[in-house]
Amino acid sequence: MTALSALVRRDIRIALRVGGGALIGVLFFLTVVVLMPFAVGPDLALLSRLGPAILWLGALLASLLTLDRLFMADHEDGSLDLITMSRTPLELACAAKALAHWLAAGLPLIVATPVLGLLLNLDMVATGAVALTLLAGTPALTFTGMIGAALAVTLHRGGLLMAVLVLPLSIPVLIFGVAASQAVIVGPMTFGAPFSILCALSLVSLVIGPFAAAASLRHGLD
Amino acid sequence: MTLIDLANPTRFLALTARLLPWLAAATVILLAIGLYQSASAPDDYQQGATVKIMFIHVPNAWLAMFVWGVMSIASLGTLVWRHPLADVAAKAAAPIGAAFTFLALLTGSLWGRPMWGTYWEWDARLTSVLILFLMYLGLMALWRAVDDPSRAARAAAVLTLVGAINLPIIKFSVDWWNTLHQPASVMRMGGSALDKSFLIPLLVMAIAFTLLFVTLHLAAMRNEILRRRVRSLQMMQASQKAA
Repeated sequence: MTALSALVRRDIRIALRVGGGALIGVLFFLTVVVLMPFAVGPDLALLSRLGPAILWLGALLASLLTLDRLFMADHEDGSLDLITMSRTPLELACAAKALAHWLAAGLPLIVATPVLGLLLNLDMVATGAVALTLLAGTPALTFTGMIGAALAVTLHRGGLLMAVLVLPLSIPVLIFGVAASQAVIVGPMTFGAPFSILCALSLVSLVIGPFAAAASLRHGLD
Repeated sequence: MTLIDLANPTRFLALTARLLPWLAAATVILLAIGLYQSASAPDDYQQGATVKIMFIHVPNAWLAMFVWGVMSIASLGTLVWRHPLADVAAKAAAPIGAAFTFLALLTGSLWGRPMWGTYWEWDARLTSVLILFLMYLGLMALWRAVDDPSRAARAAAVLTLVGAINLPIIKFSVDWWNTLHQPASVMRMGGSALDKSFLIPLLVMAIAFTLLFVTLHLAAMRNEILRRRVRSLQMMQASQKAA
């Protein structure tokens, strides 16, 4: 347990210091959202209708692009070999690393959501709904994206290939995240049903992600 | 155990060399019977002659999913049992599965033009098959991205299994998404009350296409084994030259 919490603390500290780049994700998120009005026009009514979709797409891309280096930096300085060889199960170590990544790179996205909602003409309730669905849904993105990060480090390939492999897997999260947000804004559905499925998806990926990532690290590193 | 015996590529090559002509002949005969029956099946009272696309479309769609199942079993073989031919089977199946998925999409869209009035509709079933096609292409890209086949095999095996768990979830979410967006255009075709004059040709075609897949898959596996032998011979030659 102490080993895992040490790993979490170390990863957060590295991510927040110079060269870590966790906050670049927020900057990317902001840039994507600011670009949207230039593409669809400065029509506030249209923007408030597209708002949840824009915020979710931005968060999806931001969290996947920052995941690229989840294992890569540790692989380069050799600490990934130590983690693989240590007595802590690799699955738990992977889960701890993903948790640290979510705390350092995922939570800031959710904190930034109210400000961005203002830019997209979303009211208080709608912004709250989007932030809540992001809070429930981004762990699923981090934990499925971790599989892609593990493949990236074993294959020495990153970037586009990993995005192509992982993005189809994140379609369910996107569907239910946007559905729950839209349910609050326009109805007619209830917020509860898609939101609980979103939570269920996060829990499922919490189980599958670490095992798949650990399997690909164990088989791939040599 | 036959599966263990087949772990020897030379024995596999010898066995499939004897098996393949028979399989190919059976495929051709069944395809001929199925195509004849499909062509002579009566027109549907609503859909007219376009119903005949179904005899090609449905077997393709069924194989699109079946091939991913085959790849998942092969991936288990790679990761769990370390069967030496499992990754050959997984690699050889991916392009064939992608081709079947593409043909299912293509025939579906050709049928949709006269029937629905559009080549593409964001219908739940169409969308999930399109996502399946994207995942096949991603997997093929992964195989092509790495030059060491055994390293690529394990990565592809992990991804195939994750995909096998995720595909039902994606299918279910796309169904939900579609009913949310456009509840009116849900299209039911045939249903369970399929007439015998349609059902028998369809079953014959399904078996013929499955045999076609088995034949193509075995042939592709043979090619892959030979390709790897050529590769290792070339590498040996190169290292001898260097020495």
